Amino acid sequence: MPRVTLVESVNLALARALADDPDVVVVGEDVGVNGGVFRATVGLQERFGKLRVQDTPLAEGLIGGMSLGMAAQGLKVVAEIQFMGFLYPALDQIANHMARLRHRTRGRLTCPVVIRMPHGGGIHAPEHHSESLEVLLCHHAGLRVVCPSTPAAAYGLLLAAIRDPDPVLFLEPTRLYRLAKQDLLDDGIALALDKAQVLRQGDDITVVSWGAMLHETKQAAERLAQEKISCEVIDLTSLSPIDHDTILESVAHTGRLVIVHEAARNAGLGAEIAATVAERGLYDLLAPIQRVTGYDTVMPYFAMERAYIPGVARIVDAVRTTMKA
Amino acid sequence: MRTVAEFAIGYEQLLDASGNPTGTLPGFASDPAQLTAMYRMMVLCRMFDAKCINLQRTGKLGTYAPCTGHEATHVGVAAAMRTDDVLVPVYREYGTQLWRGVTMTEILTYWAGDERGNDFATAREDFPWCVPIGSQSPHAAGIAMAFKVRGQPRCAVCFIGDGGTSQGAFHEAVNMAGAQKLAVVYVIVNNGWAISVPANEQTAAQTFAQKGLGNGVPGVQVDGNDMLGVRKVMEDALVRARAGDGPTVVEAVTYRLSDHTTADDATRYRSAAELEAAWKLEPLPRTKAFLIARGLWDEAREAQLRAECAARIDEAVRGYQGRTPAGTDAMFDYLFARPPAMLAEQKQIARHYGAGDAQGH
Repeated sequence: MPRVTLVESVNLALARALADDPDVVVVGEDVGVNGGVFRATVGLQERFGKLRVQDTPLAEGLIGGMSLGMAAQGLKVVAEIQFMGFLYPALDQIANHMARLRHRTRGRLTCPVVIRMPHGGGIHAPEHHSESLEVLLCHHAGLRVVCPSTPAAAYGLLLAAIRDPDPVLFLEPTRLYRLAKQDLLDDGIALALDKAQVLRQGDDITVVSWGAMLHETKQAAERLAQEKISCEVIDLTSLSPIDHDTILESVAHTGRLVIVHEAARNAGLGAEIAATVAERGLYDLLAPIQRVTGYDTVMPYFAMERAYIPGVARIVDAVRTTMKA
Repeated sequence: MRTVAEFAIGYEQLLDASGNPTGTLPGFASDPAQLTAMYRMMVLCRMFDAKCINLQRTGKLGTYAPCTGHEATHVGVAAAMRTDDVLVPVYREYGTQLWRGVTMTEILTYWAGDERGNDFATAREDFPWCVPIGSQSPHAAGIAMAFKVRGQPRCAVCFIGDGGTSQGAFHEAVNMAGAQKLAVVYVIVNNGWAISVPANEQTAAQTFAQKGLGNGVPGVQVDGNDMLGVRKVMEDALVRARAGDGPTVVEAVTYRLSDHTTADDATRYRSAAELEAAWKLEPLPRTKAFLIARGLWDEAREAQLRAECAARIDEAVRGYQGRTPAGTDAMFDYLFARPPAMLAEQKQIARHYGAGDAQGH
């Protein structure tokens, strides 16, 4: 069984999907000969040809709209946006068209598109290359938003996303692309969408996070275990729809909740999770919910990015505060 | 300095404003059945358009975007297309859509605020109306790319307005279509006005056809009130596209004889004199005169056609008014093939309150 990084698992899933289904087409900027700026598509054009692995002109709005047109003809398009900060021009197509095509034609035309993009900061990248904009996508009905945190999850969820008949936004945590390797069987088996995963069982407090922030969250849980604080760590994985049941079940068990995300706090996804627990699980709570998030500033240029991205100490402190309340 | 590239924009007109041929006519013009079919569709469009405006004025239809004056462009484009080509419209190309099998009942249903109007019973692969201006352009490029991936000899035809060509999406799509030699034709319907902004304030470009040139795509201008000219340039563009020689930008010069929509009042921004002059160039009388001169038409046939159209329109309106109202489930049932669990709860809430909640009942 090969040991692969997260970005290699993305490559394996794309190759598998292209090999299994002649309707799968990969499009994006530099995804062809260059294999993508993160090498997620390396070797694919050589293997599957220029029509199935296409370099597009440098225009993200076009990538969105063109993918929709191809998908309406029945192709299963996997588009790459090079960095999440360059998503904005494509939002018009995503929100106005992809999210609505099935609905507004009453199912006559559909949009089986996956848009992959690197998510988050922490890799010393230029300005606009480190954004966490998931909430812009989660607010729109008609879309699924997925963020894996391990190579195995990336492989299984990307296959699930490609096989899903509706648009899926697939956020790949940039910081995790090459952080760790994992044994992965390239067996073509997809994982279930719409599900959160309990990464670590615990009794005292529930900590929900996703993407690269799980790295710090798991470290915090280790450190807190030494203080006899038992954290249940949930990998949200499906950012839209949110698997609230898994969170509520955990909170019913632990009575405490901390939500950790890299994106800014204001109107962030943490607020949606906290509000739902307040609506449906308030009487299970022994302490106020805490959020540990990026600040309500712009994502700073990389010299300051580590001050912006919540670190282990902030998570540990939030858990301690919640435990004392 | 030497010249490294040169460009020209041709202008096509086969019927002048009086209906006289300007020269030799193309092959299809020798087929009486085709000529009369095109004219009949133009008349149906004009009468249906008037009916829709009336229905809106009497509270029986929502805001409606008329097509008055665009009939030759819309029908000329449709007649040049093959059935298995794909149409990507804006929101007033009823002549093209009706020709391709979209029904008047579907059009009415759409403008009554009901998405079921987008679920065309025929022309199943044609795109629905597109409201965000210009954003349909890359869809057509994508459709044509799918044809290329699958090796199908089909074309996409994308409408856009003069104002729409100011959008980046239009240029991104034309650029892509050119770079990949996609089988797509972009038809710019230059009707003089983007709501209240005249075409000459929209751009410094002398023609809209030249907006392809910057992207390496040839452009041609045609008298959009001349159904023969429109069909001719479209046939040429589609032959070229199908042969793998790439896209064309066609500018059809016509005039929006109506308000932008029924919610608009064009007297606020354009002169009565301009409108009066435009009516003298409109497509229907010249087409009729041409057919009469060829011995293909007369006043008796005109009267019979108008009676037939009125009956068809009445029947379509009856079908529209007799449709079953959509239930609130429709808000939830078509968002996903596999709806997430959270929608089930909201669907029940919507069922319980229905539309009465919004009205304070």
